[in-house]
Amino acid sequence: MGHYSALAIAREAFRDHRGWQRAWKSPEPRRRYDVVIVGAGGHGLATAYHLGKNHGITNVAILERGWLGGGNTGRNTTIIRSNYLQDASAAIYEKARSLYETLSQDLNYNVMFSPRGVMMLAQTEHEVRGYRRTAHANALQGVETEFIEPRRVKELCPIIEIRGPRYPVLGALWQPRGGTARHDAVAWGYARRCSAMGMDIIQKCEVTGIRTSGGEVRGVVTTRGDIDCGKLGIVVAGHSGHLAEMAGFRLPVESVALQALVSEPVKPCMDVVVMANTVHGYMSQSDKGEMVIGGGADGFINYTQRGSFSHIEETVRALVETFPMISRLKMLRHWGGIVDMTGDRSPILSRTPVGNLFINCGWGTGGFKAIPGSGWGFAELMAKGESPLCADLGLNRFREGRFIDESVAAGVAH
Amino acid sequence: MALEGRIVSRRLPKGGRLIDRSRPLGFSFNGKEMRGYAGDTLASALLAKGQVLVGRSFKYHRPRGVVTSGSEEPNALVGLGRDGSFEPNVRATTTELFEGLEARSQNHWPSLEYDVGAISSMLSRFLPSGFYYKTFLWPRAFWKHVYEPAIRLSAGLGRPPRRRDADHYEHFNVTVDVLVIGGGISGISAASAAAETGADVLLVEQASTWGGRAPIDGVRIDGLGAEEWTGSTLKSLQSLPNVRMRTRTSGVGIHDHGYVLLHERLTDHAPDHSVPRHRLWKVRAGQIVAATGAIERPLSFPGNDRPGCMLASAVRDYVVNYGVAPGERTVIVTNNDDAYRTALTLREAGLGVPAILDARQEATGPLATAARDAGLTVRPGCGIVDIVGRDRVERVQVCSQDGDGEVIDEIHADCVAMSGGWSPAAHLWCHAGGKLSWNDEAAHFAPDPARPPTGADGVAMMQAAGSATGAMHAGAVLESAHAAGVAAGQALGNGRGRKHGRVPEGEDEAHHPMEPVWLVPARAPYAKRAKSWLDFQNDVKVSDIELAAREGYESVEHVKRYTTLGMATDQGKLSNINGLAILSRELGVPIEEVGTTTFRPPYVPVTMGAIAGEARGELFQPVRKTPIHEWHDANGAHWEPVGHWRRPYAYTRHGESVHDAVAREVLATRSGVGLLDASTLGKLVVKGPDAARFLDMLYTNMMSTLKPGKCRYGLMCSENGFLIDDGVVARLDDDTWLCHTTSGGADRIHASMEEWLQTEWWDWKAYVANVTEQFAQIGVAGPRARDVLNELGPSMDLGKEALPFMAWTDGALGNIPVRVFRISFSGELSFEIAAPAGQGRALWDRLFEAGKSFGITPYGTEALHVMRAEKGFIMIGDETDGTVIPQDLGLHWAISKGKDDFLGKRAQEREHMADPLRWRLVGLETLDGSVLPDGAYAADEGVNANGQRRTQGRVTSTYHSPTLGRGIAMGLVERGPDRMGEILEFSVIDGEPIRARIVSPVFHDPEGEKQNA
Amino acid sequence: MLILTCPYCGVRCDETELAPGGEAHLKRFGPGSSDEEFEDYLFMRANPNGVHFERWRHVYGCGKWFHAARNTVTLEVYGTYSAQVHAPPQEIRDAVSNRVPGWHWKDES
Repeated sequence: MGHYSALAIAREAFRDHRGWQRAWKSPEPRRRYDVVIVGAGGHGLATAYHLGKNHGITNVAILERGWLGGGNTGRNTTIIRSNYLQDASAAIYEKARSLYETLSQDLNYNVMFSPRGVMMLAQTEHEVRGYRRTAHANALQGVETEFIEPRRVKELCPIIEIRGPRYPVLGALWQPRGGTARHDAVAWGYARRCSAMGMDIIQKCEVTGIRTSGGEVRGVVTTRGDIDCGKLGIVVAGHSGHLAEMAGFRLPVESVALQALVSEPVKPCMDVVVMANTVHGYMSQSDKGEMVIGGGADGFINYTQRGSFSHIEETVRALVETFPMISRLKMLRHWGGIVDMTGDRSPILSRTPVGNLFINCGWGTGGFKAIPGSGWGFAELMAKGESPLCADLGLNRFREGRFIDESVAAGVAH
Repeated sequence: MALEGRIVSRRLPKGGRLIDRSRPLGFSFNGKEMRGYAGDTLASALLAKGQVLVGRSFKYHRPRGVVTSGSEEPNALVGLGRDGSFEPNVRATTTELFEGLEARSQNHWPSLEYDVGAISSMLSRFLPSGFYYKTFLWPRAFWKHVYEPAIRLSAGLGRPPRRRDADHYEHFNVTVDVLVIGGGISGISAASAAAETGADVLLVEQASTWGGRAPIDGVRIDGLGAEEWTGSTLKSLQSLPNVRMRTRTSGVGIHDHGYVLLHERLTDHAPDHSVPRHRLWKVRAGQIVAATGAIERPLSFPGNDRPGCMLASAVRDYVVNYGVAPGERTVIVTNNDDAYRTALTLREAGLGVPAILDARQEATGPLATAARDAGLTVRPGCGIVDIVGRDRVERVQVCSQDGDGEVIDEIHADCVAMSGGWSPAAHLWCHAGGKLSWNDEAAHFAPDPARPPTGADGVAMMQAAGSATGAMHAGAVLESAHAAGVAAGQALGNGRGRKHGRVPEGEDEAHHPMEPVWLVPARAPYAKRAKSWLDFQNDVKVSDIELAAREGYESVEHVKRYTTLGMATDQGKLSNINGLAILSRELGVPIEEVGTTTFRPPYVPVTMGAIAGEARGELFQPVRKTPIHEWHDANGAHWEPVGHWRRPYAYTRHGESVHDAVAREVLATRSGVGLLDASTLGKLVVKGPDAARFLDMLYTNMMSTLKPGKCRYGLMCSENGFLIDDGVVARLDDDTWLCHTTSGGADRIHASMEEWLQTEWWDWKAYVANVTEQFAQIGVAGPRARDVLNELGPSMDLGKEALPFMAWTDGALGNIPVRVFRISFSGELSFEIAAPAGQGRALWDRLFEAGKSFGITPYGTEALHVMRAEKGFIMIGDETDGTVIPQDLGLHWAISKGKDDFLGKRAQEREHMADPLRWRLVGLETLDGSVLPDGAYAADEGVNANGQRRTQGRVTSTYHSPTLGRGIAMGLVERGPDRMGEILEFSVIDGEPIRARIVSPVFHDPEGEKQNA
Repeated sequence: MLILTCPYCGVRCDETELAPGGEAHLKRFGPGSSDEEFEDYLFMRANPNGVHFERWRHVYGCGKWFHAARNTVTLEVYGTYSAQVHAPPQEIRDAVSNRVPGWHWKDES
């Protein structure tokens, strides 16, 4: 694998770019691997990367039903933040955020991590209090955040209307080192490094069965033949329930549609990421100039990768109210992804009832920002059997009532 | 500028079926005054004035000219209007000219003609697709501070608007049987056929005129010219009561179950701020007919991005529709017969066509013959290997199509009309799950009728019609359109057995088969492929796709994302198929296996304001108002949003701070009497023989034992065990209870009660009514509260014995019928008085009047909160956050031990809920009397396994107590109640920790003497 | 944007009139149940790629809860029915079977 640099580009420029090698190989699956990861999205690839980098395990295959990075990794609004309230969440998201800071250099692939700052607007007294509390919690968790006043909000993001008639901005939780990254590049960069470490990324390879004996996993049945493995990691987001069923256990997960949209590109007008939770919308501006917008999830199971337009409408309405200047911008494209929501809306990184079978799912609406931390923790869990980052995120918490609730809405009422 | 001042495109002396030469219109481009005619688009008016250069591309800032005549235009994007009417990225090709239109070109500095950014074009060999993933890696800090800002500035297209939108928008909700999208001959024919079945039909067309391409292409229908046929058919459609028609209305999104979005532009062609600018139609259609036509593809030859290179159909459109000559000498380059129509049209208009370069070895169809007969030179087997010229076409270098690009001729020309064949506009078909199939002969993807988008009933909800199906001849087009219209009507049960009208007969010239040509010349070397554009706006070339494929980005989605092909504002309408073909060639797999990227809505970009609709400003969300709202507003209320309500936080007097107002209100209430509007409090009546049983399940305490005439404080938990609401329950009679909920909880708790009654205990005879807004509720609290009420001549005895604490009574106060509850959230002697909502304000006014001599003081929510905290009463949302169980709050007394079951009981038996180390409610008293910061945590020794500081408690409510003259707080602390007297350190961000002692949460009147008075 | 017909008032409801309520036919477990039963009841969900029985409320309409049999991949609605049953009625099962050969309700073999 050639090294990427400005020099390499200059060299290639003078030989018509003929010398670039494949970013990742396209091998035939072998009969057996020490570890098989199902799902070549950001989380699966990051797990494989850290298995190799942190634990020296490189006899690894990453199986992908479609194309790598083709699920939620390539469909999200790319926000990276770690200003979570609960310790377990803050730990893994902050680990991820800190790894993002050097990810381009670590992977020798520019993922364009842009620590431009993330602010979450407080538009009710209740939110003011909630965000002040979060800032206190973050200080002890080692997450740098502060509660800022409306004047500062306006300075950081002049296009915000802070005196809206219905929900004036009362302040914001500001994480200066949060930001965005180029989502596809994260998957591609990990894939390139994994391939360079000798791992096999096998695309268009669907897992159709999981073989177990004596309560332990033995391998997988795929559309490209049977593959044996010592350990199996399932990292397939919305399709987790389907894979778990193959292995004979159930999950506290429901798969619903989450949507996003972009405007046509305009010159820079917004240097920070803004989330407005009271009115349900968030927005940032991509390096291309598009306003990248996301909103709430649908409430029913949906595997179509399309959502209900009423949510797009609600989100755009909220953002036109918060950023009046976008009224005359145009929506260029909207799309949906399938997100896996758990009973407490926090992720699951866990052993399972099947020996040597591990699951990483339930990231819901927040998965992209967690990718490097999730990979770090899940690789450690798979390699060593335990990981401090995953300790509180196990499946057993639902039975014990040990929820990690980031919102007021706990569990499912009925 | 070699060509400065030379007219290269111009208005023809006659012709132009859409323009009205008697109505000239003035407009400006980049500050230069110009004139066009009514009926022009901005693009046609610019071309008429010789303005070939209209913009700059996204990545290399290359000069760009108009390529198309429709909504697929990638280049001619302008900033339109000014101030509150400014809009960036407006397609000149679909912008109707109006008097005073102001347009500016985009993405250049300092000017369109001299753009510094164009240097990136010279460096393009260093900037292949994905170059940014391979560099800008070091030094690390440079990405944020140097590289990214530079990239951002050079990216983006138009300027962002700076002002608030001067226009407004509206929504329509419409239900129709059959929605026909597209007002060309197919749409019109399909609409007629559907209407004949008796279905209600809505026919929409994105342009301002009907008929689509047929009138330009010389199609004849039923012996009439297409224009004439269109006119007469529309006339008969207009006379039908079951047909509605709209122009300037685009079908932008097909959603599940027949939900369709239409975007109608009402005033873009004649600005007027007094009426809505756009209208978003939300249509529920039984059946949808997509008569969306087809889009011509460019040809990929070196230099095809030079201004002056246009789609052959667009060249024809400008001549026929607008009487505009895009050039004096136009070279045609094509792989199909349709482009010959352009040659003939140009010839007819007296314009030069030096050559028709046909990539096919044979061109012998009727159109080619006609061209030869007209004296035009047809050169089969030929293509273009380069365009000479900088800001526009000057010479065309001709090559053999199957060669490697040797120049065999050079032709002076100022325009190139290119055609790579046509692709059905199948986008809408795909939005909601319809699939496409590849047609090898026509080299395009077309809707697969066997795999249509399906509706709620699982069967097809959509029909494709006309050239959207891939049909390319008038006869077949009309046949498919008629069939689609009939099928749509019949699918809804209309017109079965009825005789259907005749299919209109269309005539146009037969075509010699087209030949897929994806690269001109076929064996173009790298240097030429690096100059053959696929995506004109995003600067994606043939070589970029090849590089991506070579580097392993093999999936069509990878290629799109790596190269940005098809991600421009036209969303790949021009570039996608050509790009797929290059990818298919590079990978050596058939194009149908490569597949397409997902077609996503909207079909054309939709204004955000139109999506938001009317709900802006005050209308964003309705404000719920209590009957006493206006009084508060007139008396200094400092408002706080509580759910959809607004409540007075405090009432400030002249020059008084909010903080001082709160203190004054608390002290006045504690020492005299205060007045509170508690109308927002949830009021749910639960009634029926099983109401008692039902409430025993909902509340943790026993409600069935409550006596009529009495009140009891109750807690509600979720099935998951967490405390979700609290309030006072009054038993009105044997089978009727009134449940008070929190202000924010009323609707949620009401819904939850309905849910349990309807879906779990549906055989229980209990009924719930939410009467929150039927009653005003006013709190009168303080030592003089009873005196105030007695001033109003109560019809009932309000004395301590007759109406003790936690009792209620009906009666009248000042002749207003009321129900008086002896309940208290302030710890004072307190009456909460409910009155019919319509008399709420009158009661308030009388109480206020009667209380004047006692110094009655209205108080807001903050004083209420301070007083409840002084009494150690919990507040849902403060002491609870969805993770707290009643046991945490020391509310064991309100959890029945005698009940087998209630919601949350099983959950509270789980391991973690019974953990002795849970954080539990205590009072907190700072050692220095200061106020603890809200939400602060008490740090513990050491760090956890993830390096986070351990904690042992947190502040849940914290106030300055005017009564005690010091800070008081409540908090949840690990084993808190067992640690009375211990001192905790609460961390302060950027400050010294604050020390506080663990105390009882009841700071005021612990014996309850005042509230029981 | 789904359309479901409310079986109580007969209105063909736009999705915006409805509130989704998750999986239908869950059996409530209260005091006396095992930890596993209680966890199953509260959190474990079928979440199928395909036929799903689910709860909806006609919240901006008649206010009634009802059940729908719906496909989570094609979004086809096989039928809606009363929320006051413990399993889908026969005609709903038949409607599903007609459209999805080989499908059977989980309690049937």
